Amino acid sequence: MIFDRRGRRSIKAGLFVAFCIGSTAIALTALAAILMSLLVEGIGGLNLQVFTHSTPAPGSEGGLANAIVGSLMMCATAMLGAVVVGVLAGTWLAEYSADSHYAKVVRFMNDVLLSAPSILIGLFVYELVVAPTHGFSGWAGALALALLAAPVVTRTTEDVLKLQARTLRESGVALGAPLWTTIRQILWRAAGGGIITGALLAFARISGETAPLLFTSLGNQFFSLDMGQPIASLPGVIFNFALSAYDDWRRLAWVGAVLITAAVLAVNIFVRVLSREPRRS
Amino acid sequence: MESRPPGLSGRTPITAAAAPESIRRASPRGAAFDPVFRGLCFGAATMLLSALGGIVVALLIGGWPAFRKFGFGFFTSVRWNPVTEVYGAAGPIAGTLITAFLSLLVALPIAFGVAVFLTEFCPSVLRRPIGVAVELLAGIPSIVYGMWGLFVFAPAFAKYVQLPLLLAAPPGSVWEAVVAGVPNGANILTASLILAIMILPYMAATLRELFLTVPPRVRESAYGVGATPLEVVGSVTLPYVRRSAIGAVMLGLGRALGETMAVTFVIGNSHGFPNSLFSSGSTIASTIANEFAEASSPMHSAALIALGLVLFLITFTVLALARALLGQRTPV
Repeated sequence: MIFDRRGRRSIKAGLFVAFCIGSTAIALTALAAILMSLLVEGIGGLNLQVFTHSTPAPGSEGGLANAIVGSLMMCATAMLGAVVVGVLAGTWLAEYSADSHYAKVVRFMNDVLLSAPSILIGLFVYELVVAPTHGFSGWAGALALALLAAPVVTRTTEDVLKLQARTLRESGVALGAPLWTTIRQILWRAAGGGIITGALLAFARISGETAPLLFTSLGNQFFSLDMGQPIASLPGVIFNFALSAYDDWRRLAWVGAVLITAAVLAVNIFVRVLSREPRRS
Repeated sequence: MESRPPGLSGRTPITAAAAPESIRRASPRGAAFDPVFRGLCFGAATMLLSALGGIVVALLIGGWPAFRKFGFGFFTSVRWNPVTEVYGAAGPIAGTLITAFLSLLVALPIAFGVAVFLTEFCPSVLRRPIGVAVELLAGIPSIVYGMWGLFVFAPAFAKYVQLPLLLAAPPGSVWEAVVAGVPNGANILTASLILAIMILPYMAATLRELFLTVPPRVRESAYGVGATPLEVVGSVTLPYVRRSAIGAVMLGLGRALGETMAVTFVIGNSHGFPNSLFSSGSTIASTIANEFAEASSPMHSAALIALGLVLFLITFTVLALARALLGQRTPV
């Protein structure tokens, strides 16, 4: 009887272990399958022309230069805005808010904004900027991306500032420095690594975003550096080309997917290597 | 020990008496900017809050014409026809809820298994690489999932799962009704499975973080009295993190509800009410992504924005609940 119960328990435990290993195998297989298809379908089309030529008409030769440049410009502009707003907002939450009710509301809403559907951000920017000015533009796209990145930066800034020792703040006060000097010269420096990590993760996130750009920056067939006009983006081109009926467009879409995945994964891995070393604090 | 700063007490302190006027009265350099900086920080925080408020207001204003014209029928009618200007959103709303719940159903057990494996069984050499690999799965942009779903997963799924099921179904049975549909791989179930792959790593990572918050002492004492891994997880780990674990699941659900690109590629984009697992459908997000840029009339745009508001209300409820349950232990 006792043996029976023990037997049943160990069989159950064995099944449980098998289930957990199986689950992990499924997750890893999914990752491997996706990377595999990217390599098989995309690497072949990767050549210099991709970086030097703009998106072609169906049936002719071309590359993704306009989309790459457009994506870089919008992401860079967005990150600039997002880092300024995010770092300041995170600093307010960590240093000034003193956990007031208002701070709790801001923190909560920031967390909600962090995982809000990105397509709604696109709709919002359309209503806010594109509809009143009657024009799709790179600025609108950058604003939408900034709205996606800022909550991430805010959250990580607040988190790393709260990790800093109280004595660091006291040392600033002891020197007679005003609070804002203490924050700039001591706290931001000590938390710098963590803030940069957060900004990089935010960058990785927005560089693959498609939905918020569909009706803000729209897309542009030609090479353009004018942020006031519709501008091409890599995810946007992938979306349009992948759903097209032309084989050469689909091939370019795969190449774009390889580029974007490689960039995003590289940033992610870089961040993990970076944060593996003990944080300065 | 008279080190009181000058000017505080009104008496002249002994030690500072000899100091020249300029030193005694010097205020720290840049002190005037202190309130300005504080104001800037406060402004930035308020800006984020007003962005969320702005989304609600913008969607409400933009979608108002549709709500006024169609009233409650907007939520119950399945007729979505830009040509006759009749918009009923029951199809996309149902599609959103069905795909999100199906994906949760698939992803939750797997995410749980991965999290348990990483905290309980994984050899320490493999722990970091596998953890990073799972997190990388979360980093892949959704458009790549969409492409992979459209060109690789959907055809294979149609060939090896959908078609055999369709052929094996006895005519007139419930089974046949459930698997009815065009076997091209673009359907509700494919979209749900792609969504499941996408939310799996988020949930696995969050659950793993939660499991790690269980004090080792508590778990080890359970092992010490002879509990099997299953019993430790079932009666020690899970009860310890129950509340937060529900929050983690809701967070995954929130992502599934709002996911756009991956779904747009593989759901088939038809507006009717999905009547089987293999029928094509649409979600709110995929409908907006497909139609908004080419909206044919002001009412079409208004109906799409109204859809956006519905999506916002659904996800906001889910995410707010998730955050409230998770407390401060939330991932970025």
